[in-house]
Amino acid sequence: MKMTGADIVIDGLIREGVEVIFGFPGGAVLDLFDRLNKSPLRFILVRHEQGAAHAADGYARSTGRPGVCMATSGPGATNLVTGLATAYMDSVPIVAITGQVPTPMIGNDAFQEADMVGISRPITKYNYLVKNVNDLARIIKEAFYIARTGRPGPVLIDLPKDVQRAVCDNYKYPDSVNIRSYKPVYKGHPLMIKKAVEAIEHAKQPLLYCGGGVIISGASKEVLKLAARCNIPCTTTLLGLGGFPEDHSLALKMLGMHGTQYANYAMHETDLIIAVGARFDDRVTGKIDEFAPNAHGNVIHIDIDPSAISKNIRVSIPVVGDCKEVLREIIKRIKPKKNPKWIAKINKWKKQYPLVYRNDNKLRPQYVIHQLYKITKGNAIITTEVGQHQMWAAHYYTYTKPRTFLSSGGLGTMGYGFPAAIGAQVGNPDRLVVDIAGDGSIQMNIQELATAVMHGLPVKVIILNNRYLGMVRQWQQLFYNKNYSYTCLAPTKDCPPGCTRFIPDFVKLAEAYGAVGIRVTKKAEVIPALRKALRTPRTVFVECMVEEEENVFPMIPAGASVRQMMGGMA
Amino acid sequence: MQHVISVLVENRSGVLSHIAGLFSSRGFNIDSLAVGETQDPTISRMTIIVTGDDKIIEQVNKQLNKLIDVIKVQDITEDEYLDRELVLVKINCTSQTRGEIVQIIEIFKAKIIDVNQKTLTAEIAGPQDKIGAFLDLVKPFGIKELVRTGRIAITRG
Ligand SMILES: Cc1ncc(C[n+]2csc(CCOP(=O)(O)OP(=O)(O)O)c2C)c(N)n1
Ligand SMILES: [Mg+2]
Repeated sequence: MKMTGADIVIDGLIREGVEVIFGFPGGAVLDLFDRLNKSPLRFILVRHEQGAAHAADGYARSTGRPGVCMATSGPGATNLVTGLATAYMDSVPIVAITGQVPTPMIGNDAFQEADMVGISRPITKYNYLVKNVNDLARIIKEAFYIARTGRPGPVLIDLPKDVQRAVCDNYKYPDSVNIRSYKPVYKGHPLMIKKAVEAIEHAKQPLLYCGGGVIISGASKEVLKLAARCNIPCTTTLLGLGGFPEDHSLALKMLGMHGTQYANYAMHETDLIIAVGARFDDRVTGKIDEFAPNAHGNVIHIDIDPSAISKNIRVSIPVVGDCKEVLREIIKRIKPKKNPKWIAKINKWKKQYPLVYRNDNKLRPQYVIHQLYKITKGNAIITTEVGQHQMWAAHYYTYTKPRTFLSSGGLGTMGYGFPAAIGAQVGNPDRLVVDIAGDGSIQMNIQELATAVMHGLPVKVIILNNRYLGMVRQWQQLFYNKNYSYTCLAPTKDCPPGCTRFIPDFVKLAEAYGAVGIRVTKKAEVIPALRKALRTPRTVFVECMVEEEENVFPMIPAGASVRQMMGGMA
Repeated sequence: MQHVISVLVENRSGVLSHIAGLFSSRGFNIDSLAVGETQDPTISRMTIIVTGDDKIIEQVNKQLNKLIDVIKVQDITEDEYLDRELVLVKINCTSQTRGEIVQIIEIFKAKIIDVNQKTLTAEIAGPQDKIGAFLDLVKPFGIKELVRTGRIAITRG
């Protein structure tokens, strides 16, 4: 069949099961846009391309299906960069389509030309510059395949304007993909599985340590099965939240820099780490030489990406494969067992060092999140920005199901949460989606208020307004003699009179965009405000004027070990 | 330790920049890199010489394997292999020194490929020790220009 490049893109996306594109138009994608509004594809018009990339990311993380974003050449494409890097670090499947100047002009510093293949190389799993319309169908097919298989990640297709207009004489969308150099391994090696089974059976103080890979591979049930059968406590990384039910007696919640004390103590004392889809990131290990000293290198590491294994710590039993498949093989072979002494020790830590905050009369940020949890009964999809509020969202909401906590872990991108919530809401129209935000981060993609309102997306944003770039202020307080250099976002009592208290006034801002704004200044207002927000079928900002200098604890300073852990109580 | 890594890759534009980018972004040091088509024109072979401890080399291997366009990675350092490099060297010479330089070239079975009043250009191919010894000997005459292809290697048998 005869078909133009632009039509091939639309047809390919439909055949890949895409239902929605997040994007923004421009000169180099005019041909694509000329087809878009006549196609069955839903299009969410963002207000900044970074928002499109994060929204595609939020859609992907919450549904498990690849997210699609689209931008024009040059500035449109470079605006995607932070979003692609965020997705790459957290292994999120995205297909990004960017316009490019016509092929004869490439390399000439043409108007709105940027070398996107070069720019995106280190932040995508793969990328393509399409030079011939006859390659386009295969490239689209491959892009989706690469994005969602193996260790998922973003794939960029750079599509010159002339290729969009060119005609392919015998278009046929391929049925299958065959990339000889890309064959992800899903099945674990039988010998390694046998060794893993033996190690678990011999261990006296085993510990499951689960990362985002558990959620990506859909292995939550298997993790729980293994934990229950062999009586193994389980801690998760930030990205692993929701991969293990936190209300289970074996749950230790998050570990690492801002992990629970009991999770970090368990990691310190365990004699066998069972790492599943996690990568021993520095925010987890702290000082690597003092990490998990009692395991003595006794580590089972299950991951689909061989390069994640033995990168940061020595691993005795590497199992390359899909977490779910490997765990199933292990469970098939393993005998049930009990570790009563170990569990008793852990339960004692849990009692002795619970996660706590000062629950006094003041409006504490942790309280807001705790109430949100109680009111939603844990049934919301939570997204976060980056900072203190992100850590409190990890601590004081209880996650029991996968794909309910979306946060930029690897890159730590402020401005992620709001557009990600928009993407999650588009992918889950019947779910409650809440962005837990900081007053700093929300301003990084605040323009997406227009997107949410225009598309009628009832996303709720809870701004924990401490009038600071709080996480940075906390480091300045603890490690830089309280020198709050450029981290204050709004005037305080020390400022000259006449300053307005709110910069910006988030309530008015929400209203200006046609959303609903609610301000909370007292503890007693929290529950009614949250209830009202959840009842309102529109985009809502709830601005909570929380304690300004609240800190996130516990904390293990960067590069330190569990012995330097600071504080239980804020 | 220096490792010889032989990599089969898709013969397409952009692959070299992927590999070079990988080395720079991960902080690996490339000592040399040589690329050329194989018997299958859709596949190129890269011979990469890289220095690092076992941990670094393991990551180099894994990260190379992770690249979509990489078909096969072999660390042939411990295998029996033959390696060669081609070197072009322009040496300062005078009528007095020319004879001596020509002698050295003959001993090493190198080739004179250009000669004029002030310089003599030689071509030498061979394993690293041979090239090293040759360069040591001609160095005192003054090397004006040195061009090396980087090592290529092939396993025996
Ligand atoms: C794009 C980006 N710029 C800078 C940072 C560094 N940073 C990390 S947390 C933080 C403060 C965030 O402030 P806010 O959103 O108000 O959250 P809070 O810590 O106050 O809860 C900053 C500046 C970052 N993570 N991302
Ligand atoms: Mg703040």
